[in-house]
Amino acid sequence: MPRSISAWVVIALALTAGCDGQPWNNPYPASQAGTNTLYSSFSERPKHLDPVQSYAENEYAFIANIYQPPLQYHYFKRPYELVPFAATELPRPALYDAKGRRLPDDTAAGEVAYSEYTIRIRAGIRYQPHPAFATDEAGRPVYHNLKPGDLDGVYRLSDFKQQGSRELVAADYVHQIKRLAHPRLHSPIYGLMSEYIVGLKDLAQTLTAAAKALPEGKTVDLTQYELPGAQVLDRYTYRIRVNGKYPQFLYWLAMPFFSPVPPDAERFYDQPGMAARNITLDWYPVGTGPYMLAVNNPNRQMVLERNPNYQGEVYPGEGEPGDAEKGLLADAGKPLPFIDKVVFSLEKEQIPYWNKFLQGFYDASGISSDTFDQAVQFGGQGDVTLTDDMRARGIKLQTSVATSVFYMGFNLLDPVVGGYTERSRKLRHAITIAIDQEEFISIFRNGRGIPSQGPIPPGIFGYRDGKDGINPYIYDWANGAPRRKSIEHAKKLLAEAGYPNGRDAKTGQPLLVNLDTTTSGADSKSRLDWYVKQFQKLGVQLVIRATDWNRFQDKVRKGNVQLYFLGWNADYPDPENFLFLLHGAQSKVKNSGENASNYANAEFDRLFERMKHMPNTPERQAIIDRMVAIARHDAPWVWSFFPKDYTLHHAWVYNRKPNQMANNGLKYQRVDPTLREQKRKEWNSPVVWPAVLLLALLGVSIVPAILTFRRRERATAALGKA
Amino acid sequence: MIAYIIRRLFYAIPILIGVNVLTFALFFVVNSPDDMARVHLGVKRVTPDAIEKWKAERGYDKPLLINKKASGRGVLTDTIFFDKSVKLFAFDFGRSDQGRDIGHDIRTRMWPSLAIALPVFLFGLVAYITFALLMAFFRATYVDFWGVVLCVAMMSISGLFYIIGGQYLVGKLWNLVPISGYDTGYDAIKFLVLPVLIGVIAGVGANARWYRTIFLEEINKDYVRTARAKGLSELRVLFRHVLQNAMIPILTGVVVVIPLLFMGSLITEAFFGIPGLGSYTIDAINSQDFAVVRAMVFLGSVLYIVGLILTDISYTVVDPRVRLE
Repeated sequence: MPRSISAWVVIALALTAGCDGQPWNNPYPASQAGTNTLYSSFSERPKHLDPVQSYAENEYAFIANIYQPPLQYHYFKRPYELVPFAATELPRPALYDAKGRRLPDDTAAGEVAYSEYTIRIRAGIRYQPHPAFATDEAGRPVYHNLKPGDLDGVYRLSDFKQQGSRELVAADYVHQIKRLAHPRLHSPIYGLMSEYIVGLKDLAQTLTAAAKALPEGKTVDLTQYELPGAQVLDRYTYRIRVNGKYPQFLYWLAMPFFSPVPPDAERFYDQPGMAARNITLDWYPVGTGPYMLAVNNPNRQMVLERNPNYQGEVYPGEGEPGDAEKGLLADAGKPLPFIDKVVFSLEKEQIPYWNKFLQGFYDASGISSDTFDQAVQFGGQGDVTLTDDMRARGIKLQTSVATSVFYMGFNLLDPVVGGYTERSRKLRHAITIAIDQEEFISIFRNGRGIPSQGPIPPGIFGYRDGKDGINPYIYDWANGAPRRKSIEHAKKLLAEAGYPNGRDAKTGQPLLVNLDTTTSGADSKSRLDWYVKQFQKLGVQLVIRATDWNRFQDKVRKGNVQLYFLGWNADYPDPENFLFLLHGAQSKVKNSGENASNYANAEFDRLFERMKHMPNTPERQAIIDRMVAIARHDAPWVWSFFPKDYTLHHAWVYNRKPNQMANNGLKYQRVDPTLREQKRKEWNSPVVWPAVLLLALLGVSIVPAILTFRRRERATAALGKA
Repeated sequence: MIAYIIRRLFYAIPILIGVNVLTFALFFVVNSPDDMARVHLGVKRVTPDAIEKWKAERGYDKPLLINKKASGRGVLTDTIFFDKSVKLFAFDFGRSDQGRDIGHDIRTRMWPSLAIALPVFLFGLVAYITFALLMAFFRATYVDFWGVVLCVAMMSISGLFYIIGGQYLVGKLWNLVPISGYDTGYDAIKFLVLPVLIGVIAGVGANARWYRTIFLEEINKDYVRTARAKGLSELRVLFRHVLQNAMIPILTGVVVVIPLLFMGSLITEAFFGIPGLGSYTIDAINSQDFAVVRAMVFLGSVLYIVGLILTDISYTVVDPRVRLE
C-alpha cells in the first residue's frame, strides 16, 4: 500500500505544481488568473430557468441577471422602490369603469372595472447572441427548420456554430404573458394572474383544447392566439389590462415572470429532437439582461458571461443615507455591468465551501451555524463584529433583516387549539408566551433573528417599531424595549382557558398538543427537545410528530394538524404579500390557499380587501394596524421571528449591499482581480514538508521490514546448509 | 460456458421484473403522483388544476398497477407501472420527470465517477493485498500485531472523517491540492489526487484485514508447507502459491463491484464537488423523480447481475477445477 500511494502522490503533486505561478490548490484554470471574474457557488441544481416557470430564489440567482423585466428594484434605496429596467418609465395604471370611462387615480377599488398599464420599453435593447437569431445571407433563420440529421452530435447550445441577435420589441413581452396560460408550461402564477389579466383564463382553455387537437410532439404556436389583456400598441409599447384595481401588479412586473421571451427562440427550441437533447428554453435562457448563461452544467459549474449587446444602464447615483459615506455611490454614472464573468461552482457541503472562501477562492459567503463562532463575535453591548482573524484578512460583514417570516401555526379548525372563543385565544396566547423566541434565536440561530410581533417584517410598509409595534398580548414595554410576559401570566391564561397546570379542568387529563414537523434527525433533536421544554413550563405535553414532507403537506391540506412550522419569503415588498397568509379566502383546507392555519376573521378579511388596493398612505397604515391587532388577538400563529442574514465578502469585492428583493445585483458589483491574486498567493503558499516527511516516515518504516525479510530469508538458507 | 451465461441472463429477467415491482411499490407507498406533481411544480401557489395537468402530461393520472376501467390487456397495460417499466428492458430510460434525457445524463455523469472509482479500486486493490501479504509474511511479529491494530483503528473511523480531515490537512493547511472541484482532461488530476488518496486510505483497515485473514488461512495449508519444504523462498511461496490460491475469495468480493464502479459515491462526490452519478439517485429520490429512480435502480440491478456473472467466469480463470456448465 504505502509505496503505490506514495508514487501516486508524488506524480500528482508534480503535475499539480505547474509552472503557471498559481497556488497549487487553486480550483480554477490558470487562464482565469487576474481576470475580471466573480466567484460564487450554488448548492442545489436549479429546477427551472424558464422565466414562466421559475419561482425559487436559487433559480432567480441566474435568470434575474439574464432576463430584463420592464421594472426592477432600486439597488440602494430603502424602503424598496421600483424603477424602470427595460421600460422608459414606471407605468401609471389608468383606471376604468365597466363602461370604459376613465376614472381618477384615487377611485375606490369597488368602482374600478379594470386597470390598464401601458408600458413603453427603450428602443435599441438587443438580445444576447443566440443561435435562434442566426440568419443566412438572405436574412432567413439558419436553425428554424432543422431536420433530424441536423442534430447529430448536437448536445449543447454551443454546438450550434452560428449566432445572431435582434432588437427587443414589445411583442416579446406580450408573448411571455401569453405563455403564462400555456398548458404545457404550468406557470405557478397562472392561477393568480388568471384572476387579474383579462382573457388569460379563456386563453388557457383555448390553448388546452388546441394542444389536445395537435399530433404528439407538436406544440401550440402562441403567436396565432390573441390575449385581450395584453396587446402590442407599437414596436416598443404594450398594454396590460387587469381586472379591477391591483396596485401590487407593478411589483409583478419586476419579476422574471414578466420578462420578454422571443417567439423565435421558442420556435427554435420547440423543434423535434431538441428536447430529447436537453436543449430547451428551460435549460438555456435567452435574454437581454446584463449577463448570459455561457455554461450550464448544474452538476459542476454554471457560468454567466457579460452580454456583449447589453448597454444603456449606468450605476445609480442615489441611495439611502450613509451609502455615499460607505463608498457605495463612488461608481455613480459608470456603465453596467462591471464584472465580465461570474463562475458559480457546485458546493453541496458547507465545510469545503467555507474553507475555499477563507482561501480566497470564493468572493463572498454566508455564515452557517458551524462557522459562526469562527467568523463573528458579539460585543459587550450585543453588537456584532468580525473576529480578529476575519478582520486580519480584510473580510467585511453585512447584515440585513430578510423579508421573510418564520412561524409556528395553530390550525384554527382544530377543536383543541383552534376556534375563536376567548378560551381558545387564551390557550394560544399562553403557548405563545411560553415559547421564548429570544432564547431560541440566541441558542439556535446565533442571534440571527428578530422576534416577531406580528406578520409584517421590518422594511415592509405597515411594520411598526418601538412601543407602538409590540404585541401587547405577549410583551410588555419595559426600559425602552419589549419584554416577554412572565410564565406566571401564561399559566394564568392557561388556567382561564380551562387547563390549570396544563390539565383539563373537567377531566383532569393532561393537555396534549401535537406538533407536526418535517425536521428530524440528530441536528433537529435538540431544537425539538427545546420546544418540548417550553411547553413543559406550562405543564402541557408537546408530542412531536416527525413526518416526511409529502405527508406533512397532506395533513396540512386536510387540516389534520394542530401545530406546524412554516415560513414565507416575500414575492414583493408589500404588506399584502404577508397579510394574505391570514386571509380567509386563502384557507388551505377550503380553497387550497396559503393560509395553512385556516384562519378566518370577517373583519380582518374585510379590511384586507380594502387595504390591498390602497397606496401606502397613513390611512392604509391605520387599516394595517387594525388588522395586525386583530391577528394578535386571535393568535393564529405563534409569532416566531424574522431571520437576519449575515454575509461576508472579501476586501476585493465592492458595491455589495444586501437587497432582499432585487435578485439582479451582480451587475452593480465590482472586483479588484489584482488584489485577489495577491491575497490568494499570500494565503495559499504550499506547505510541502509535512507531505515529504510523511513519505519519508513511510519509507523508513518499511526499511526494518525489508531487513527482517532478508535476514529471515538468509537465516533459513543458513540453517538448511547446517 | 456460453450456454451457462445465456442461462444466467435469462434468470436475470424475473429478477429484474421483481426489482422493478419492488422499486415501484416502495416509491409509490411513500409518494403519490400528487406529491410528485407538487414537488415538481414548486411550493408556492400550486393549484389543484396544475397538479392534474402535470400528472396527465406525464401519464401519472393512470391507475398504478391495475386499470379497472380498461378492458382486455388494458387492465394491465394502461397503468403507470406498465407505461414506465417496459421500455427499461430495452434500456430506453426515457426522459426524467423534469424532462431531461436520462440516458444522456448517465453517459455524461458516469465519467467523473469512474475517474475516482477506478483509481481507488486499482490502487486500493494493490495496496490492500500488499499490506495484507506483508502482515501475513510477518505473522505473529510486531509488524503483524501493529498492522492489525492499525487496521482496526482505521476501520473504526468514519469515512466522513477521512474526507473532512483530508481536505483540512492537505487542501487547507498544506495548500497542496484544491479542497474541492472538478475539471476535464488532464486538469482533472489535481482534483482527483485527494479523493483518490482518501478513498484508498479509508479502505485500508477493513480490506487489508480481510485479505490478511484469507492469506493466513491459505498459509497454513499443506501445499504451502510442501512448497517451503521444497526450498522455495517465502516471497515465491506468498506471491506464486498463496496469492493464487487465495484469489477465489478475493475475486468474490472484487469482480462483482467492477461494473458498479461508475455508479459513484454519494458522500465523496458531494464533499469534493465531483459531478458524478453518486448523487443522481439520491437527488432523484429527494425531488421525487420516479423516472430517474426506476432507471437507476434498474441499471444498478443489471450491473450487479453482470458483476455476479463476471465473478463466476473469473473463477474458471483462476481455478481450473471450476467448470461453468
